[in-house]
Amino acid sequence: MADKKIPEINAGSMADIAFLLLVFFLVTTTIQTDAGLYQLLPQWVEEKSDVEPPKKNKKNVMQVKITASNQLIVEAGKQSAQINFDVLSLKNRTIEFLTNNGRTDDLSEKPTMAVIILQNDNGTSYDTYLKVLNELNAAYNTIWNQASKDKHGVAYDALTKEQQDEIKMKYPKVLSEADATDFDKKK
Amino acid sequence: MSKFKKGKKGKELPPISTASLPDIVFMLLCFFMVVTKMREADIKVRTKVPQITELRKIENKSLNSFVFIGPPSSQYQAQLGNAPRIQLNDAFAKPSDIMAFANQRRAEIEDAKQRNEMTVSMKVDGEVKMGLVTEVKTELRKANMRRVFYLGNKRSEKK
Repeated sequence: MADKKIPEINAGSMADIAFLLLVFFLVTTTIQTDAGLYQLLPQWVEEKSDVEPPKKNKKNVMQVKITASNQLIVEAGKQSAQINFDVLSLKNRTIEFLTNNGRTDDLSEKPTMAVIILQNDNGTSYDTYLKVLNELNAAYNTIWNQASKDKHGVAYDALTKEQQDEIKMKYPKVLSEADATDFDKKK
Repeated sequence: MSKFKKGKKGKELPPISTASLPDIVFMLLCFFMVVTKMREADIKVRTKVPQITELRKIENKSLNSFVFIGPPSSQYQAQLGNAPRIQLNDAFAKPSDIMAFANQRRAEIEDAKQRNEMTVSMKVDGEVKMGLVTEVKTELRKANMRRVFYLGNKRSEKK
């Protein structure tokens, strides 16, 4: 009895089996890192209302147009339109327009009155469109962040919901999208 | 000095025990099993998303649906050509299918409060023309799925 011991089960291959499983999961894993630019689309209204939207003073409106050939036309306030505008300088231009506070007579009077209108063409590439939208959003985020740092000393993301809303009241995001133009049909 | 000599002259080095190796591997295995999420739908369109900076994480993934827009991937190009297509779930779709898709997604969510928090992630190829994207956006507005994420890759801030 004493010499008839049950032989120990060899656990050496355990590691191999585990490795095999490990490799399988490594291969099939896709750690999701999806992130994107958030936008709340406007509510759909069945019929176009005949009521004219309230007239805005031209200096409170910034128009950003993207043509079918992906060119950018920026018309801030009463200043003359800039053709072939560089996407990367759009952010600073937007901040300049929004935070003018009546300093110059041809840009917005107050951030609360400023409106940005984005219009694209049906032939605009999505890449250009998203980059422009990104810059406009970046402008707002920068302004909010700055306002937050001035007031609370921390970044905008670190604020509570109420504090964020307070800043958003001061610098509301009024970014509307006009109906797309259609360059191909015009021809 | 004697310290070192002793070690070499004396006993041989004991072999490193590999008994704990399976445990380590199993630990790794468990980690990957937990984080793995098998891709539900195989993507039939090519989507090379633009590079942007203002990215926000999608908060609640179970409330999120995907809309892919892009040219069909190579194995479908023979039949479908190169024109951009919309993919919902597992199949190619027309813009008019989005309404049904949205309603179906909405029905899957039981909590009425959460239905208002549903989001749509648009994974769109950078080359796609806006005409198609606008059509999809209009359909989403009609279906009252208005929280949209335009998926993009992180672009490092230019200094």
